[in-house]
Parts: sequence; C-alpha cells; structure tokens
Amino acid sequence: MTTLRYALTRLGGMVLVLLIVAFCTFVVFYLVPSDPALLACGKPCTPENLALAREFMGFDEPWWQQFLTFLGGIFTGRTFGAGATAIHCAAPCFGYSFRQNADVLELIGDRLPVTFSLAIGAAVLWVGVGVAIGVYAALRKDSWFDRAALAGSVIGVSAPVYLVGLLGILVLGFQLNVVPVGNYTAFTEDPVRWAWGLVLPWSVLAFAHGAHYVKLTRTQMLETMSEDFIRTARAKGVPERTVVGKHALRNVLLPVVTLTGIEFGSLLGGAVITERVFSLPGLGGLLIEAVHARDLPTLLGCTLFAGFLVVVANAVVDLSYGVLDPRARLT
Amino acid sequence: MDVADALTRSAYCAPRQIIITPEKQVTQLSTPVARSVPAAIRSVLARDRWALAGTVTVVVIGLVAIFADVLTAIEGHDPYTYDATALAPESGLPAGSFGGVSGEHWFGVEPLTGRDLFAIVVHGARTSFLIGFAATLVSIGLGVLIGAAAGYLGGWIDRVITWSADVFLGFPYLVFMIAIGAVVPVEFPRALLLIVVIGFFGWPSTARIVRAQVLTLKERNFVKAARVLGASPWQVFRTELLPNLWGPVLVMATLSVPGKIGLEAALSFLGVGVLPPTPSWGRSISAAIDWVRVDPAYLLFPGLALFAVTWGFNALGDGLRDALDPRSVTRR
Repeated sequence: MTTLRYALTRLGGMVLVLLIVAFCTFVVFYLVPSDPALLACGKPCTPENLALAREFMGFDEPWWQQFLTFLGGIFTGRTFGAGATAIHCAAPCFGYSFRQNADVLELIGDRLPVTFSLAIGAAVLWVGVGVAIGVYAALRKDSWFDRAALAGSVIGVSAPVYLVGLLGILVLGFQLNVVPVGNYTAFTEDPVRWAWGLVLPWSVLAFAHGAHYVKLTRTQMLETMSEDFIRTARAKGVPERTVVGKHALRNVLLPVVTLTGIEFGSLLGGAVITERVFSLPGLGGLLIEAVHARDLPTLLGCTLFAGFLVVVANAVVDLSYGVLDPRARLT
Repeated sequence: MDVADALTRSAYCAPRQIIITPEKQVTQLSTPVARSVPAAIRSVLARDRWALAGTVTVVVIGLVAIFADVLTAIEGHDPYTYDATALAPESGLPAGSFGGVSGEHWFGVEPLTGRDLFAIVVHGARTSFLIGFAATLVSIGLGVLIGAAAGYLGGWIDRVITWSADVFLGFPYLVFMIAIGAVVPVEFPRALLLIVVIGFFGWPSTARIVRAQVLTLKERNFVKAARVLGASPWQVFRTELLPNLWGPVLVMATLSVPGKIGLEAALSFLGVGVLPPTPSWGRSISAAIDWVRVDPAYLLFPGLALFAVTWGFNALGDGLRDALDPRSVTRR
C-alpha cells in the first residue's frame, strides 16, 4: 500500500507543480498589456469588431475565469465562437492559436520529432562519451590524457553552444565540407539522411554538455576509487575490470543520472538556441515564431509543455535512484 | 544484485526516501572551513596559475567595460554611427581583409551597417558585466536571505521555502524568460527587466546551499550563545551567520556570474534580450549567423570576448572552491 501511496503523492506533486507553472505563466501573460484580440481583429479595426474578436477568443472574461476555462478545456475541450464559424478544440485542449489557426497541442506535436531527434541523439553521445572520458581520465590521473580531457572540458563548459555550433558550421561545414549543414530529413523518410544531417548538431551539443559529465565523472570516480570498499574488493581478488566497471561505476552513475535528468528537463530551453543555429524546424523554432507573432496561446502551451518535461524528467531521476542505489529503495 | 534484478524490483517498490539527492553535488561547500576569505583568495592566486589567469582575464575585461568610453574615444568611433565608406559598395561586406580590420577599425566593421566592431564589443562588455553582476547580486542576495531564514527559523517557514525552491527548480525558466521578453512592452527598460528576471530565477540553488550551511552553523556554540543572550534572528544573521557564509557565497557568486552573462547573451541571441541599438555580444553573434561564411571575423570578436569572460570567471570560481573547500578535487 505504501508504494501506491508514494506513487499517488508523487503524481499529485507533479500535477501541483504544473498547475503552478500554468498559473504563473497565465497571470504574467494575460496581465501584461498586450491584446491578442487587437492583433487578430483585422483592418479596419472597429470597436465592434474588436469586441467580437475578444468574445470569440474568450478574452472578454476576467482573467481568473479565463484560467479556469483554460483548465476546463484540457478535460472537456473548447469551442470558440458559435455557428458556422465556430472552431472546436478537442479534449486535451491546451489552447488554440488564432495566429496559426491550429490547435496548440497539434503544433507542438508536429515539431516534437525534430527536437527529440536532436536531444536524444546528442544525449546518448554526451553521456556515453563524457562518462567514458571521465572514467578513463580518473584512472590515468595526471597523465597527458587526463590533462587534455580537463583542458577540453574547461573549454566546453565555458563556450556557449551557439558559438561552438557556428564555429562547427564554419569549419566542418563550409571550410572542410565534411558534414551537411542545415537540412533536416524526417527519420521515417530516410533514417540514414536523418542521422547524417544531425551529425553536426549532435556533436556540438555533445561537446558543450559532455564537458560537464567529464568533470563530474572524473571527480566522482577519483573520490570513489579511494574508498574502502574498493580496497576490499581488490583485496578479495576481484579483477580490476569488475572493480571499476561494477563497484566504482555504480557510485559514479548516481550524480550522472541526476545531471542527465536536469538537462533533459531543460531540453526545450536549450533546443531554442541550438535549433536557431542549425535552422532546424523544431519546438524552439515554434516558440521563437510565437514570440515574434505575439501568439499568446502558443507561448502558454510551449511553457506548459516545457514544465511538463521538467517534471517528468525529475520523476524519472527519482525512480532511477531506486534502481541504481539500493539504499534509496523503498524498504 | 544485477541491474536486471534491480529493475524489476524497483518497478514494484519506488523509493520513498531518496538518500542521495541532487543536493549532494551542490552542497559540496557544506563543510565549514576555518580559513578567512581574503587569505583564501591570496593563496589561490599565489598557487593556482589557472585561477590567476582567469582573474587577470576578468579584471582586464572588467576594466575595458568601465573605460569603454575612453577606449572608443582613443580609437575614434562609437558603436552607433553607420559608416558606408567602410563597406564594399556592391556586397555590403566590410572593405578590406578579415572583416575590415585596420588601424582605423581595430576589430573591423559590421557588415551592412559599417558600425565599428571594436566599439560594439567594448560597449557590449559593459552590457554583459552590468547585467551579469546585477543579476547575480539579486539572486545571491535573495538566496542568502531566504536560505538563511529557512535554515535558522526552521518549522513551517523551512517547509514552505524548501517546497517553493523545488517548484522553482522545476520551472522552465528559459522558456518563460523568452516568452516574457515577448509580452513586456518595449517602453519598459530592458536591462532592468533582464536583471530582475534572471536574478529572480536564480535564488533557489543559492538558498539550498545557504540553508544547508546554516543548519550546521545553527548548532555551533557561538550561535547558541547569541540566541541565549536574547539576540533577534536578524542580529544572529548579521553578526553570527553572515560572517561564516562569506566563503561559500563568494564561490557561488563567482561561479554564477558567467552563467548570468551567458543567459543575457543567449536571450539577446534569440532576440528577446537587450534591444538594439544597445550593443550586446549575444545579439552580435546572432547577427553573425548570416555572415559566418563570408565574414567570420564578425563572429570571432564578440564570440571570443564572451568565451574569455565565461572562462575567466569559471577558472577563478573553481580555484576559490578548491581553496575554500578541502573536499573538492576539481583539478587536483
């Protein structure tokens, strides 16, 4: 029963955080003097037309009622306007973009594969390579490899992603012409071209993010390898491979998982920048377009979706502790 | 137990209490260190050549930011004046090689406008430092006050603060900042908006560390003695706690400035940071995207400046942490 209770409390907490994110975003966006109806009302914008547009979008209600309507729309769907011109937004309705004439959730869904392709490929690369380099550097402490890894990670930590990305485009894409620049092919269309087109963005992201993992893994590994249980394992005659691969690495992985979770949660924020550099048509692009078009429903939807990613990533991290660390397991 | 076994088990029994929390990484500073802060700084600069190099970089660029007007007066240009004579007429590119670098224009000029790139980079340093330092001041100030309150007062205040910090850390702040940049009217001073927003979202990580620190300090005899003598919480905070918090606060601040500068640059890069014509490294880098193939110098100068500042603060911050926290082994 405690497991169920834990799961329910946890789920409740997640929903509560999302509610708070939605509320804050809503209040800020709708209290700031910017009238979406004014943008949609067309020219010439007579007061009657404006009132009509407001009523159609539901902006004539007080803000708290709009918030409740928004929440209600998630469960029951919403219909804007009435009669022949009515727009229906089906059940999980996270808003309707009047600028793009589309359901916000659909807009997000259209762009999601690009952002996920970018993030997952890069994350696999940066966690894998970063941890491997970190472990190896710690085992060969003070060797030339260790020093090179540290120097590289310092550069990676300090250089902004967009700068590394632009230099990568300049050197690898234009000067040496070894990787393609700026064309995205859907995975379902052609997996090889999909991967080849994303090689440069993946490498750039992996370089910038992997640097943290190198530093973290190395520090953690050095600490772990000097602990008593490692000495005990060696004294028992456990082969060095197992000592490093099983006993030590398991301790190292805990903070790595935490960091991965945090970074994956902030994925959308980072994607905005990377996608702008590599001109990829992902969620980041959607967000920036919404910003320039003052498309409030889409902004709200994107923020909420970003919050959702953070919350889910945190939950996954917590659950993975139970897998990695028996001490954190429910007893 | 192997991983497969662990996986199946954990599917049934999710953790109720997490022993190893993310704080483990952040609270590396939690051991009280006896050494004084000025002594630590001196020893870092004497022993750690990377930290010294970082400090020199930061100080040099800091001086450039302060004396931006003097420097551009010596060069003879300002970051706002368009100059078509410095451009090649048919392409809009800078006249001359490598972005038009010359004795006249030290870093060359901007494509299309002919504005002096040296003046833009130098004044951009001012924007970066102003927003970076001010936002750090806001976030560290809030974080120390809130964290100390949580740690010292305890009880429901602690619970509310810890919980709010968790919510804040789950907040998609970059997306939120981008969105807020879009809805706030242009008349509102942009630098102030950035300082407030960037600074405000920074408090939870500081508050967590300070709270952990205060929790251990609270049990020390000198704090107990002050309390028994009837000192108010504010007095205890000012005279007993704060002097013992300077070390970690300094490390946090040093490591947080480059993050804030980077955030300002990133927001300006995306077009929701400081507005033109105020010079900003991030916006210059963003504008350089379209020119990177034909005029790489336009990317390199602001890019290098941003990288140098970030690296300098990180090197100094790592060095300080190594000196103030005996457990940290970042570079040894």
